[in-house]
Amino acid sequence: MSFLMSSASAPRTEKVPATAPVFELIEVEKVFQVRPPNSGLSRKTVGLRALDGVRLRVDTGTSIALVGESGSGKSTLLRVLLGLDAPTGGRALYHGAPIREARAKGRDFARDVAMVYQDARGSLDPRMTVEALIAEPLRHFNIVQKDQIKARVAELLDRVGLPTDAGRRYAAGLSGGQVRRVAIARALASEPSVLVADEAVSGLDVSTQAQLLTLLRGLQRDMNLTLVFITHDLGVASYLCDEIAIMYLGRIVETGPTDVVLNAPAHPYSAALRAAAPRFFEPMPEPLSGEIPSPLDLPPGCRFSTRCPAAQPDCGERDPQLGRFGAHRAVACLHPLTNPQA
Amino acid sequence: MTAKAAPAPATVPPAGPSGNGAARGKRSMFRRRPFFTVALIVSLAYILGAIFAPLVAPYDPVAQSIDAMMQPPTGAHPLGTDSYGQDILSRVIFGARYALIIGFCSVLIGAVGGLIIGLAAGLSGGWLEWALMRLIDSILALPSLILAVAFIAILGQGVDKVVIAVGLSMIGPFSRTVRADVMQVRVQGFVEAAHLMSIPYLQVVWRHVLPNVIFPLAVQVTIRISEAILVSSSLSFLGIGVTPPTPDWGLMIAEGRDFVSFAPWMAAMPGFALALLLIALSIVGDGIREEFDPKGRRGS
Repeated sequence: MSFLMSSASAPRTEKVPATAPVFELIEVEKVFQVRPPNSGLSRKTVGLRALDGVRLRVDTGTSIALVGESGSGKSTLLRVLLGLDAPTGGRALYHGAPIREARAKGRDFARDVAMVYQDARGSLDPRMTVEALIAEPLRHFNIVQKDQIKARVAELLDRVGLPTDAGRRYAAGLSGGQVRRVAIARALASEPSVLVADEAVSGLDVSTQAQLLTLLRGLQRDMNLTLVFITHDLGVASYLCDEIAIMYLGRIVETGPTDVVLNAPAHPYSAALRAAAPRFFEPMPEPLSGEIPSPLDLPPGCRFSTRCPAAQPDCGERDPQLGRFGAHRAVACLHPLTNPQA
Repeated sequence: MTAKAAPAPATVPPAGPSGNGAARGKRSMFRRRPFFTVALIVSLAYILGAIFAPLVAPYDPVAQSIDAMMQPPTGAHPLGTDSYGQDILSRVIFGARYALIIGFCSVLIGAVGGLIIGLAAGLSGGWLEWALMRLIDSILALPSLILAVAFIAILGQGVDKVVIAVGLSMIGPFSRTVRADVMQVRVQGFVEAAHLMSIPYLQVVWRHVLPNVIFPLAVQVTIRISEAILVSSSLSFLGIGVTPPTPDWGLMIAEGRDFVSFAPWMAAMPGFALALLLIALSIVGDGIREEFDPKGRRGS
């Protein structure tokens, strides 16, 4: 259930998964070759480290939230998890096999790992009715007999809380919340065991968000889904996910059970994120100073040291790796804020 | 136009207008767009007139009469006669046949050719796209009329030659728009989602790219028919399109040009017929685009 260094994934006292974890990322790196800004006409490219030494383990049946501000590499990590991008370094495994190979082997990976896009409307063909959209994966993966497709579509629509007559409409005629429901129904149509959701509830009003979160939580429990949920909302993460992984500049800086991490963050960045969440009847807390540094020009030593309120002299010299911190947590900090609990 | 007898929006389900709204929307579209309706009626009248020309036209369009030369509009000849004594109304009605046949067929040639080249260029990328687009650019560098003149010079005169010449000269603009649409569609989320579902590439193109490209193309077709008619009439006007005595509007305008000071109806009547058809077709094309684009439709 926890995210540890790969070397530390020794047998633990709690329930040990019988099989390999759904996803295991070992020192994953993703470097994009880009032309630096203001380079004029020169063709020289430099490496942009979108992911830098990511270690992550997602066990069957867990729900994990990937949290981080814009530009922290969440979306790149997602593309690596889905096998759309190959990591340039390290290994990305799905049930013990490299993700890219699993994807190339056939439809099983595509069927087992379903995705809900951040831009739900854009991920639905505007010229297909909702029914046709949901029927497409049913047909593609041969989930049900041809004559049962209609019934299954109705079932799925009902499952995500849409009226049956929504099936005859187009995505353009649906509201933002309804479009997300269609996207979820479409993802569930292939009967996946893993659901990857990219900001699936962002940009919606609070009550719609709450409905969708309740829906997702119910689905996760009923269908025993493994849920990878990308968000920048700590509230959403804490409601939906058992585990949390906080990213900063292409690296996971802290992981662990959501409630423990959020109640007693060990990494100063986690603490800053926690403190930045607005609360009722209180003035806005002092935000983290400065901008996220450019991944083209990483600061020496710890990548958070330029903005860290608790930086010490040696933070600018040594780059901390994600290391074990207590029983179920891991943190990438030289001077964690709290003491590891056993 | 907005005052339609819509049922009171009493208890609309939370999902908004219901599914049978599509049928209702199509019916009331004619009331909501009076200009479109009028233009559609005019276009249909042209098409029917063209189809049933032998029944509608009062005279044989190529029958010459020495007794009735250059007569102004009268009861016997509602639009007058030309310098050979041919009835202008009959010639205008038969002229619609040629105009519409040339318009539809040549646009079809242009659209199919443009679709193939545009799809190939938009999907392939790399050197093939570069080569195709430079080819299209070089075609586009010439106005379609000049290009059609060039093709006519190679092919010779005649209705079928005009169709081919105008059709070929329209491939350029069509493939440009198709390529632009393809490039826009292929980076959309739903194409990536289909790829993520490991749907084979050709199937993605067939099921998701093509329908999203065909529709703007169909709208382009309705709009460009008028351009094709205009180009073909221009060819006839220049005397290099269809050959006399074929009742073609461009040809009739050219013939009437010499007499415009004392027999203005000779050039004016076919010109008016041409202008009315072009305007009607443009309005119909615009109306279709605005009405049937699901991206703009909010479940009306």
